[in-house]
Amino acid sequence: MRSLFWQRVDFIARSLTPFLLTLVLVVLGQVPLHIPGFAEVAPILPLMAVYHWAIYRPDLLPAVGVFFAGLIQDALSGMPFGVNAAVFVAVHMIVVSQQIFFQGKSFLIIWLGFCMVAAGAVAMIWILNALFFAAMASVEAAFFQYMVTVGFFPVLALILVRWQRTVLAQI
Amino acid sequence: MKNNKHKSIHGLPQAGTGAANRFAYVGLLMAAFALMLLGKADVVVMERVRAGVIDSVSPVLEVISRPVASFESVVKDLTALGQLRAVNLQLKTDNQNLLEWQSAARKLAAENTQLKTLLNFAPGAEPGFVSGRVIADTGGAFVHSILVNAGRREGITKGQAVVTGEGLVGRVHGVGSRSVRVLLITDLNSRIPVVIEATRTRAVLAGDNTEHPRLIHLPPGVVPNPGDRIVTSGHGGAFPPGIPVGVISRSADGIVPVKTYVHRDRLEYVRIVNYGLQGILDAAPAAKGDGVSR
Repeated sequence: MRSLFWQRVDFIARSLTPFLLTLVLVVLGQVPLHIPGFAEVAPILPLMAVYHWAIYRPDLLPAVGVFFAGLIQDALSGMPFGVNAAVFVAVHMIVVSQQIFFQGKSFLIIWLGFCMVAAGAVAMIWILNALFFAAMASVEAAFFQYMVTVGFFPVLALILVRWQRTVLAQI
Repeated sequence: MKNNKHKSIHGLPQAGTGAANRFAYVGLLMAAFALMLLGKADVVVMERVRAGVIDSVSPVLEVISRPVASFESVVKDLTALGQLRAVNLQLKTDNQNLLEWQSAARKLAAENTQLKTLLNFAPGAEPGFVSGRVIADTGGAFVHSILVNAGRREGITKGQAVVTGEGLVGRVHGVGSRSVRVLLITDLNSRIPVVIEATRTRAVLAGDNTEHPRLIHLPPGVVPNPGDRIVTSGHGGAFPPGIPVGVISRSADGIVPVKTYVHRDRLEYVRIVNYGLQGILDAAPAAKGDGVSR
C-alpha cells in the first residue's frame, strides 16, 4: 500500500518534469552572461522545449502548460502579455499536427523541422511586437537571434532526449 | 507503470482527443490575443502582474546570476594577467593626464564656488540613489531591458534614471517590491531628450533595438560631427540635465547613430537615482511634492 503511494508520487513527479524543465529554461534564458553582443541574440530556450515535447510527449506538456510557460516568458522578457503565449501555443499546435511525420525520423530531420518552426515563431514574435508597439524592431537582430536559436538546438535536444530516455522511460 | 490512456491508434502519445484539442488551441490563442488587447488598453494592471511575476522569480535569478558573474570575473582576471605590462604603461600615461585634469578641475571648482556665492545661487537637492545588481538581461532581440534586485522597498519609483559610472543606462519601467525592470536606452520604446554637448543642439535619442540608438528630431540644417558628446537635456522633466549618454558615431543618409557609453553586456551593478523629478512619466507624485525628501 505504502509503496504504491510512493510509486504514484514518483509517477506524478516525473510526469511534471517536462513542464518544469520548460519553466527552468524560461528563467535560464534571462540570466545575464555578460558576453558582448550576446543578450540581443540569446537563444529562445523554451521554444526548443516546446518543440521537443510537442513531438515526443505532448501528453506531458499539453497546450495549457505551453500557454502558461509563454505567459511567464512574456512577464520576464518585457514583451506584451500574450505574445510568447500565442507563439508557443501555435508552435505546439503545428508540431502536434505533424507528430506522425516526425516519429522515428533522424535527428537531422527533427533539426530541419525546428529550423522551419523557429523561423515561423520568430517572425510571429516580430510581427506581434510590431503591431503592439506600432514600431518595427530591427529585422537583423531578430534574424541573428533566430540563427543562434537554431544553432543551439542540438545541444538542448541532446539533453532533452537523454531526459526522456531516463527519467520518463517508464511514464 | 505504463499509461496507455492517451495513446492514439498510431501508438503515439496524444494530448487529448481531436475535437477537444482543436477547441483548446482556439481558446488558448484567443486568450493570448485577448491578453494583448487588454495590455494595450490597461497598462497599469498588466505592469502590476508583470512586477508580481518578476518579484517571485527574482530570488531564483539572483542565485543563478551569481555563479555566472563570478565565473566571468575569473576569466576576466586571467585575461587581465596577460596584459598586465601594457595596461600598466597605459595607466601611467593616463595618470599623468588625469593629474593635469585634476588641477584644472580643482581650479574650476574653486572658481565655481566663488561665482556661486557672488550670484547667490540656490543649489538643487542632492539626489539620493540605490545601487542594485543586474539579475537578468531580458527580451533578446525584441525588448532591451534588465532586471535589478532592488525595488519599492528601497524607495524606487517608476521613471527614475538608472546610471553607471560611465553614463545613462535607462529608466525604471516597472517596479516590484524587491525587483525593478529597467528599459534600456537602446530599446525600441525608449525616447530620451538629449543635447549635443558642444553645440547645445536639442534632439531626442530614440532606441531601435540595435546597439546604436539614433538621434531624431534634430533641427533642420544641423550636421552633427562624429565624436560629439551627447548628454541628457533635462527637457520633459524625466531626467536631470547633463548625464552622459554617448558619442555620435559617423552619420550617413541622415541617420545619426550614437555610440552609447554604457554597454548592455557589461552591466553588473547599476545605480537607480532619485533626482526628485517625476516629469511627464508620472505627474501625480511630483504634484504631491514627495521624491526629494530622501
